[in-house]
Amino acid sequence: MTNAASFATTPSGAKPKPFITWERFVVYAVLIVCALFFLLPLYIMIMTSFKSMAEVQSGNIFVPTLHPTFDAWSKAWDSACTGLYCEGIKVGFWNSVKITVPSTIVSIAVASVTGYSLANWPFKFSEVFFTILLLGSFIPYVVMIYPLVIITRELGIFSTLWAVILVHTIFGLPIQTLLFRNYFASLPQELFKAARVDGAGYWGIFFRIFVPMSVPIFTVSVILQVTGIWNDFLFGVIYAGPTNYPMTVQLNNIVNSSMGGKAYNVDMAATILTGIVPLTIYFVSGKYFVRGIAAGAVKG
Amino acid sequence: MHSVSVQNLSLKFGAAEVLKNLNLDVEEGEFIVLLGPSGCGKSTLLNCLAGLLELSEGQIHIKGKNVTWAEPSERGIGMVFQSYALYPQMTVRGNLSFGLKIAKLPKEEIEKRVQRASEILQIGPLLDRKPGALSGGQRQRVAIGRALVRDVDVFLFDEPLSNLDAKLRSELRVELKRLHNRLKNTMIYVTHDQIEALTLADRIAIMRGGIIQQLDAPQTIYNRPSNLFVAGFIGSPAMNFIKGTTVGGGKAFKFGDVTLNLVGYEGGAIMDRPKAIIGLRPEHLAIVDEAVPGLTIPAVVEIDEPMGADSLVWLEAEGKQISVRVPVEHRPVAGTKVHLKVDIAKSSLFDETSELRI
Ligand SMILES: Nc1ncnc2c1ncn2[C@@H]1O[C@H](COP(=O)(O)OP(=O)(O)OP(=O)(O)O)[C@@H](O)[C@H]1O
Ligand SMILES: [Mg+2]
Repeated sequence: MTNAASFATTPSGAKPKPFITWERFVVYAVLIVCALFFLLPLYIMIMTSFKSMAEVQSGNIFVPTLHPTFDAWSKAWDSACTGLYCEGIKVGFWNSVKITVPSTIVSIAVASVTGYSLANWPFKFSEVFFTILLLGSFIPYVVMIYPLVIITRELGIFSTLWAVILVHTIFGLPIQTLLFRNYFASLPQELFKAARVDGAGYWGIFFRIFVPMSVPIFTVSVILQVTGIWNDFLFGVIYAGPTNYPMTVQLNNIVNSSMGGKAYNVDMAATILTGIVPLTIYFVSGKYFVRGIAAGAVKG
Repeated sequence: MHSVSVQNLSLKFGAAEVLKNLNLDVEEGEFIVLLGPSGCGKSTLLNCLAGLLELSEGQIHIKGKNVTWAEPSERGIGMVFQSYALYPQMTVRGNLSFGLKIAKLPKEEIEKRVQRASEILQIGPLLDRKPGALSGGQRQRVAIGRALVRDVDVFLFDEPLSNLDAKLRSELRVELKRLHNRLKNTMIYVTHDQIEALTLADRIAIMRGGIIQQLDAPQTIYNRPSNLFVAGFIGSPAMNFIKGTTVGGGKAFKFGDVTLNLVGYEGGAIMDRPKAIIGLRPEHLAIVDEAVPGLTIPAVVEIDEPMGADSLVWLEAEGKQISVRVPVEHRPVAGTKVHLKVDIAKSSLFDETSELRI
């Protein structure tokens, strides 16, 4: 090689491009348009919720308010009317909390233990059981609504919080169990064996070895369950009974029952209030989720 | 009393019989290596001993106690895994003391044992780190430490060094040997690596298809393999096999135009066999210039593969490829006609039909 020196000084390959190229411009333009498309409704909701009714009726919906006020928010929370009662959406909020918290905890507790058993303590017919479970998670749940009405009625809990909690817990189980089984099955088998040689039993291995290693999957589960249950409308309407309606149902009632003119600002505020819980969950746990994955990536 | 005694052990996974009527007696303080090709059931046997798999049939005694149905932790065994299997969320100290805490040992006793193990394995400075912050060699040390603190009679190792690079492997190999000399525990050690087997073992068990083919001291396995499989499996480069017949009432081995004198062969009654195989290790053949009737095979040099100090020379004799190991400075030129001198006392004869050593 005669010109070895020139190889050393001139890098091979194409020259790096400047930051703004034609292609990049197009990509960013499309992304910005998409982002605006999704952000615009949110923007309008937030703006409207801070306006007074007079301003809503007179002004342009895109124009920011000149006199921001929290009136619509406090009305939505405290005194908006849902047909009969005028107690605001807070009643629904607390109902949703009462429904979501126990169903999430119970379904995840049961599903994680079931998944652990299926993955690590094979019993007779465990494969059959797993297959049935798999099928269970694909059956459209509409099919089971009426049978569950009868069951909860027979149990004497129809139209109570217990009924919705039970239904949510049951419907969460197949997919959650699947999730946990697959996660536990993906953990190194030798870890399980080492723990057994160390004398850890069924619960010892679960709580002291597996659970601490499973932050990511528990996070995913909580996200799925909380958002799923919080956003649910159908089961709430059917099983909870009017005094226990969750937030989604109550929001619907507020929006649809306004007598006289529609109070758009109150509706917007109520909607944001309802959506804020799943949104927060995404923002907060998203961070832990990533962190959990990073921490779990160490294969001891 | 044997340290470990396995009687008629069989194990099936569904219809597949992975271990077949297996018997194994291990003496107190012995270092046994299980060696065999992938899938022959080494790990399965080890897991049976540890109580991690249920036997289909048979019995296991450890230190004279029937532990066939005992829990892993009650068997007096410690186990080290290929992937280390350290608990990632615990510190090294936590990993070492986990089993002891479960066994509800007093705090001082746990501390004492952890200290002792960390001294022996030189992992003292690592005690407060998590496994993620350790190198492969350090992780494996901790894994060995976890077996050590259990203060058990029998150590089970499942390819403990195979995830390490060559240099580290040979270092830890020596350390393991030192550890065994110091502790004098019974050790049962699974490996793929012949060098590990030959250097560590008091006795090697060669396995194939769920059956122990031969259980003997490394030198015996190497010099007097009990069948064709063992002969071909042990030794690298592999043994040369030449098919032929034994004639003259077992006095000579004949193939093609070559006749080898079998006087001095160490084995059983040779007799006249129409189908026999002679096994010659590359290191037991020598290249000479002069033919000696009954002792040499005429051959032509084809190629050679230098391997550092030695060179593996490939020759052709009677249409067969034969390899010979010679010091690198003595390697012959390709195309040369030479003679291969056979050391009958170090060769092996097999019956081709039964594949057993004669
Ligand atoms: N859980 C299982 N279910 C079904 N078959 C299995 C199971 N575990 C192992 N086997 C089969 O049993 C045989 C022996 O496996 P084993 O793991 O003991 O081999 P090995 O000798 O340790 O091999 P390697 O050297 O690759 O580790 C293999 O054929 C394997 O496919
Ligand atoms: Mg194995």
